[in-house]
Amino acid sequence: MDNLQSIQDEALALIESADSLAQLDDVRVKFLGKKGLISAQMKTLGQLSAEERPEAGAKINAVRDRVTDALEAKKATLEGEVETQSLMRDAVDVTMPGRPQEIGGLHPVTRTLDRLNRLFASLGYTVATGPEIEDDWHNFEALNIPSHHPARAMHDTFYFDDGRVLRTHTSPVQIRTMVNEEPPIRIVAPGRVYRCDSDLTHTPMFHQIEGLVVDRDISFADLKGTIITFLNRFFEADLDVRFRPSYFPFTEPSAEVDVQCVMCEGAGCRVCSHTGWLEVMGCGMVHPKVFEQTGVDTSVYTGFAFGMGIERLAMLRYGIGDLRLFYENDLQFLNQFHG
Amino acid sequence: MKASISWLKSLCPTDLSVDEIVSRLTMAGLEVDGVEPAAKSFTNVVVGEVLAVSQHPDADKLNVCEVTDGESTYQVVCGAPNVRAGLKVPFARVGAVIGDDFKIKQAKLRGVESNGMLCGADELGLSDERDGLMELPDSFTTGADFAELLSLPDNVVEVDLTPNRGDCLSITGLARELGVLSQTPVEFVGCEPVDPESDETHDVYLSAPESCPCYVGRVIENVDVSRPTPVWIVERLRRSGIRSIDAIVDITNYVMLELGQPMHAFDRDQLVGAVDVRMANDGEQLVLLDGKTLTLTHDVLVIADQEKPLALAGIMGGEHSGISEKTTSVFLESAFFNPITIAGKARRYGLHTDASARFERGVDWQLAEHACQRATALIIEICGGTPGPVMITDNEQALPAKQVIELSNARVEQQLKISLPSETIQQMLEALGFGVEIAEGGFRCVAPSWRFDVSIEQDLIEEIARIYGYNNLPTSLPAQALTMASVPEADTPLMRLKHYLVDQDIQEAITYSFVDPATQAILGDGVEGVRLANPIASNLAEMRRSLIPGLVEAVRHNVNRQAPRVRLFETGQCFVSQGSGLDQSERVGIAIYGQSDPLHFSGDRVVDFFDLKGIVDGLGMINGGGDFTWAPTEHPALAPGQTASVSLNGELLGVVGRLHPKLARELDLPKPMFLADLALTPLLCGQVTAFKAISRYPRVLRDLAVVVDDGVAWQQIVEAVDSLSDTRIQSIELFDVYRGTGVPEGRQSLALSLSLQDPEKTLEDAAIQGLVDQVVQVLRERTGAELRG
Repeated sequence: MDNLQSIQDEALALIESADSLAQLDDVRVKFLGKKGLISAQMKTLGQLSAEERPEAGAKINAVRDRVTDALEAKKATLEGEVETQSLMRDAVDVTMPGRPQEIGGLHPVTRTLDRLNRLFASLGYTVATGPEIEDDWHNFEALNIPSHHPARAMHDTFYFDDGRVLRTHTSPVQIRTMVNEEPPIRIVAPGRVYRCDSDLTHTPMFHQIEGLVVDRDISFADLKGTIITFLNRFFEADLDVRFRPSYFPFTEPSAEVDVQCVMCEGAGCRVCSHTGWLEVMGCGMVHPKVFEQTGVDTSVYTGFAFGMGIERLAMLRYGIGDLRLFYENDLQFLNQFHG
Repeated sequence: MKASISWLKSLCPTDLSVDEIVSRLTMAGLEVDGVEPAAKSFTNVVVGEVLAVSQHPDADKLNVCEVTDGESTYQVVCGAPNVRAGLKVPFARVGAVIGDDFKIKQAKLRGVESNGMLCGADELGLSDERDGLMELPDSFTTGADFAELLSLPDNVVEVDLTPNRGDCLSITGLARELGVLSQTPVEFVGCEPVDPESDETHDVYLSAPESCPCYVGRVIENVDVSRPTPVWIVERLRRSGIRSIDAIVDITNYVMLELGQPMHAFDRDQLVGAVDVRMANDGEQLVLLDGKTLTLTHDVLVIADQEKPLALAGIMGGEHSGISEKTTSVFLESAFFNPITIAGKARRYGLHTDASARFERGVDWQLAEHACQRATALIIEICGGTPGPVMITDNEQALPAKQVIELSNARVEQQLKISLPSETIQQMLEALGFGVEIAEGGFRCVAPSWRFDVSIEQDLIEEIARIYGYNNLPTSLPAQALTMASVPEADTPLMRLKHYLVDQDIQEAITYSFVDPATQAILGDGVEGVRLANPIASNLAEMRRSLIPGLVEAVRHNVNRQAPRVRLFETGQCFVSQGSGLDQSERVGIAIYGQSDPLHFSGDRVVDFFDLKGIVDGLGMINGGGDFTWAPTEHPALAPGQTASVSLNGELLGVVGRLHPKLARELDLPKPMFLADLALTPLLCGQVTAFKAISRYPRVLRDLAVVVDDGVAWQQIVEAVDSLSDTRIQSIELFDVYRGTGVPEGRQSLALSLSLQDPEKTLEDAAIQGLVDQVVQVLRERTGAELRG
């Protein structure tokens, strides 16, 4: 039996020292193969008496199990090392650039319009749209701008031979909505508008958003409150807002709205021409003549409307200094507005 | 309207500072665009008189002058060519400071001592032009403080008036507003009648009374037009931006600025017979004061004599009948022209005059006679002359009517959410010139004759709000009944579609809706677009029919700036005429150019058709919109063989294809560009999911390779398999296309993957083989496919 112990010791020592799977297999064959040393021990059992056999067999089996376990364990270790070596041959430079998964971006006009739509949606406004080639009635007449009106001169209209125009403002959408829907009305109408004007601060196409609320007992106070709240939400700052009397043929009373300069917080800078104020929008109470044109009962309803230029808001919001960048579509500009 | 503060204060003597005046006017709707000093600041400048002039001994262009300030005599060296003995000029004495830091010191000029400086108007900031010394009238007292004489220092405010406030295109109008805003009583200009000194009149006919319901004329004989305009008038005109011409014209301009009544002075000797205010005859010609010849039309009002038109009424006088140095007899015109007649005419002829600006907004229709008296008085004072009687020719029916406007207290409260005592409202409106009577529950008001913008209750409410101060009015948010918005699940919000494209690494562009007709002709579908009648530039003259021209231009812009890879999309209206109608519906366009992926060491290839097709197919997947049908098509701007029409549920959406290489070369685009232009609206109509039961039995995949002719489209394979209508065939995918060794010339090998699944049981081997056999057979029958060995 001493022999059995020494076999086990030798086997375990050889397993321990094996440093490749091939060596390990040699060890397995030497001890556990058909002609192996432990297998040979098994064969000696036949020479023992029936009483001795079970105990001797159990001892040999114990050694065999012990060696088998050691072999398996060593094999697992060696296999792991082999895989690691193989993986290391495929090692990557983790500092190299990843496979690019780039995304495009929305135009800053779209980003701004979308934000405005969502701000007003939270107050229950829905989005309305209309055609960009409009007839004279929707763009002018119904808005109380008859053909001789001096306000037409402020519009620099693009015409077509048939008398139609490229809409000069988003206000025709107000008209379409009032003609087609019954109050209460709460809409915003975003879109492209056109003026025959092009210089450093004007492009012949730009974007506006128009708002219209028609309901019972709508007041100038409601208009002021809506505009002040909107501007503070849009600029995400608690800014002073002031209203100046102005003139639009389709509202009465009418107002221009100035917001405290977002660049200098009212101290005066180049952007606000050192006045501390930025003119951002026009608004007013819907003119009774507009209601008459669109069939809204002025004895029951009043309303307010407002309109603003999107590019101007985007320029102030993002600090863009040059209007013309909006329509060059230069990727160096567009790429800055991701997602 | 430019107005001198000192002139304003001469009517409205308020103590308010300039800043405060600017602020109050602006916040009352008379926006002040700018404030500028009327002149440079200066001290110690007096009226000097040149007593003697002698040539400087060492300088040809300099003179040595003896100048007195009334007390002492000074030697002054002067280089101005118009210096002469007896001239009165502004004289800056030693110690004077002009502007911020120009100090007048005793000095030697070429060795001759000079004690002070004789000034030109430009040197004192009284003119932009250098024109020698400023010559002062003899009436100026030698030694008088020059700044004081000219009401300096003074500031000029530029008021940017809205088109409804024509009444403020005068000092009187602005002073009236300022009076209300500063609670200062206004001293309006008295226009005392000037008694006639002769019976001389000139007949006037009003042939177009609707356009000219009132014409006031006056003959003034024996005027001396050579008399200089007094400096105070020249200065006030200058501060309002009007140049001095001659005394008569200056006086008519002065009265226009002072009262708001544009006037015209004719040389009476040039008038042939009676004056007729009539519509022009088509084709009639008129040479204007500025020398331009106009051809007139029948909707233009003219002042004519019995031979020809003399002036474009309310806009500009004619050359022939204007005041000249030979004029001795003046016919003065002060009229009311209907704003509707004048509006737009100045614009049509490109003549924006001070008169037309006022008449088209509306001039006080009760002002003409007063203005005529005021101008007569000034002419007599300055040029002398013998006035005839004032002749008023009018047609009362055609004059504007004074209408009563009812104003209810309830309406004021409802609109403004303030409650004002009736007396307060009455005071506000009366100060603005309204006639106000307190009535049951409100007021009965009559607008003054100078306000053309007040005809309904809301106009009065604006006046109250304006004077009360918009910023003093309360604020609230509209109270509204809560309603729940509808959320149509089948509709895809446009922003969802945009975000999808952005996530495909495509940047949104916005291009002009008008394009270059030449570009659209090349890049369009061969049909001409709708043309603008007045484009801003010839390359922005035609409305786009598709988004392709704009996107190609935008890609080019970036390629020219060394961008190797450009991916852009745009959505927006396009304009397609359909017979007499016009379709303007939204489209979505996509352009991809250059490398398929951002530069990376792992690989690099240029975009191909299937890159863009994949992106477009994704549009159909948003919200289960549906599968597109792709078919080969042709497009003038796209490459044959790489261009497809795209349809959805039988409706044609548009095209997807490769920009024709010939065009790409012409446009200097070295790499391939693929373009899509699709109708947007159908893409935003998806459908609400209708759930189908899922199978719990295993799915089986079977691959097979078939050889077909090159001409067989993949769509035919799909349709052949679909024709089996066997629900157990779940899908068929193409995973390889091979041409070359082992496949005959003109044929291609397609590797297909069939996905098979039975909803009710596990598929047996025999059933699977049966399905595969059916597929092979139907492909053979319909497409001539052979199973590849």
